[in-house]
Amino acid sequence: MADPIRILDTEGRLVGDPPVDLEETRRMYAAMVAARVYDRKCSAMQRQGRLATYAPFEGQEAAQIGATAALRPDDWLVATYRDAAAMWMQGYTWRNLILGRTGDERGGQAPEDVNVMPPSITVGAHMIHAVGTAWAEVIKGTDRIAMTMFGDGATSEGDFHEAMNFAGVFQTPTVFLCQNNGYAISMARHSQTAAETIADKALGYGMPGVLVDGNDVLAVRAVADTAVTQARAGEGPTLIEALTYRMGPHTTTDDPTRYRQDDEVEEWRKKDPLDRARRYLEDNGAWTPEWQADLEEEEADRVERAVLEAEALEAFAPGQIFEAMFADMTPGLQQQRDEAEGAT
Amino acid sequence: MTTTSTINMAQALNAALARALEDDSVVLLGEDVGATGGVFRVTDGLQARFGPERVIDTPVAESGIVGAAFGMAVAGLRPIAEIQFMGFSYPAYDQIISHVARIRNRSRHRFTAPLVIRIPYGAGIGAAEHHSESAEAIYAHIPGLKVVVPSTAADAKGMMLAAVDDPDPVIFLEPIRLYRAARDEVPPGDDRVPLGKATVVAGGDDVTVVAWGAMVPEVLEAAADVAALGISVEVVDIRALVPLDVETILASVRRTGRAVVVHEAPRTAGFGAEIVAEIQRHALYDLLAPIVRVCGWDTVVPLRRAEMHYVPHRGRIAGAIRSVVEA
Repeated sequence: MADPIRILDTEGRLVGDPPVDLEETRRMYAAMVAARVYDRKCSAMQRQGRLATYAPFEGQEAAQIGATAALRPDDWLVATYRDAAAMWMQGYTWRNLILGRTGDERGGQAPEDVNVMPPSITVGAHMIHAVGTAWAEVIKGTDRIAMTMFGDGATSEGDFHEAMNFAGVFQTPTVFLCQNNGYAISMARHSQTAAETIADKALGYGMPGVLVDGNDVLAVRAVADTAVTQARAGEGPTLIEALTYRMGPHTTTDDPTRYRQDDEVEEWRKKDPLDRARRYLEDNGAWTPEWQADLEEEEADRVERAVLEAEALEAFAPGQIFEAMFADMTPGLQQQRDEAEGAT
Repeated sequence: MTTTSTINMAQALNAALARALEDDSVVLLGEDVGATGGVFRVTDGLQARFGPERVIDTPVAESGIVGAAFGMAVAGLRPIAEIQFMGFSYPAYDQIISHVARIRNRSRHRFTAPLVIRIPYGAGIGAAEHHSESAEAIYAHIPGLKVVVPSTAADAKGMMLAAVDDPDPVIFLEPIRLYRAARDEVPPGDDRVPLGKATVVAGGDDVTVVAWGAMVPEVLEAAADVAALGISVEVVDIRALVPLDVETILASVRRTGRAVVVHEAPRTAGFGAEIVAEIQRHALYDLLAPIVRVCGWDTVVPLRRAEMHYVPHRGRIAGAIRSVVEA
């Protein structure tokens, strides 16, 4: 297998040209810290019974933050239930992400002017939506692009093929970012495909495929910058495979010790994306323990406020579940709503 | 320019699509819709007129067509996606159920999918396997979709224009048998026919027959046959399964006291059952006889040589009307 593109080694030493300056690296690092605070808070809340099932993303922060840092605020993001960090980077609020996980449709409501679709829960069907949105922007004459995120498992779905094929044929400005985190629930990556890499699949669709160290935020940012720039210039789509690892379970409902070894997890722990970026910043005089402590405290406060806001929202009354089926409620739905409200 | 012209349903749809495409946000996509004008020539000439960027020939991938059209709709366009035959719509079914029908609800109105999915459907032309399906019930069952079906050229045009305008996804079913067989006067302008309003296509006093699509002309022929026996039939074309105009059906049945429901889809869990349930719930005490359904059988649609045994025809429908009136 070809070596993945890498700019920081696991000790945080530069082995390539950084795509951004220290200040921007600090910004991405701070975002990764915020994302980890959020992720751990959600896992804790799930154990307290305050959230429904939660899909943690610890270990994948660099892939999500490095990729979305390459986007413009008005670009489209079409991602999944494990991509909260990416969605937040692109303008979604922690409050709505938490609200969604408490089991409330209002969590799927992106703020106005934020072009982030609600997280896809079905696996694989959403990638073509990033082809359609990107294509629409071309037809409308804007230079917005679309990025879609998905896992290694999703590449086994037929819809992956259709999305990649359409993007290739119509040269839509779409960036496909696969977070290959090693497992699709319990199925290891080698059980999903006989291909040597997922990036190799791009060849069959006439687009570039790039393999990158997904735990290296600078490397992810560099390849995402290139893909985004090409897409925006009308030079077509790119498939990026970010090699990473899901440190936690698939969701809070499963026990990963049934399908993977502890020593494998420990190996990946040494490649932690935050540690690596922190060492790089520290070596360059751009990190202090005080800054880290302040950052963690601020983000914990911010997430806590988001939790309180989400939990303060009153659950739907019976009639409200009928309100967003159509622009104008049909007579049949009006009748059912009245029935649900006990008015008839 | 204000005179009507007599054209067939395929031509009426073509006129509607051309009219719709005058709006830059409308795009049309599907397999062979461009150079060949679609397998039924419904999109004939549109690519030449509006360009390949707006009348788009796609790879052979129904899920991709609907999924891409969905993304376009979310991003502010008004796509019209064509699936070649209903039997080929099933690969797109996940996109339709899981995404198209739900985005308004799962984003609480923040994103919507105002797209039209055109699906030629139904038997009667002796087509190959998978080309004669009548699976409207599986779409009507999905919350968040409108499901409409014209039976005349004029309705086809007016309903297509309304479907393109509609802020929600519309499954637009086109009866294959009527593309050329339905010929009627079509107004030249852009009058919309509202989606969700049934129409009484023939007035009568003794029995109400409820039908849609290619069954409507079949029912009218059966009505003419039984008229010779002195039976006066009222024919209701529902035109939309969702939203269903229950009031028009009930108003007719309350007056006639008898009902027959006709569809070419299989009987079990067919949409006729929904109509019968609504009638019994709201007009049971007006009924003088049990309601009868005349449907396709619970078999795979037979191929060409036996197709006539499957699709309800005027004889079966007339027999059902007589049995209800004589009950």
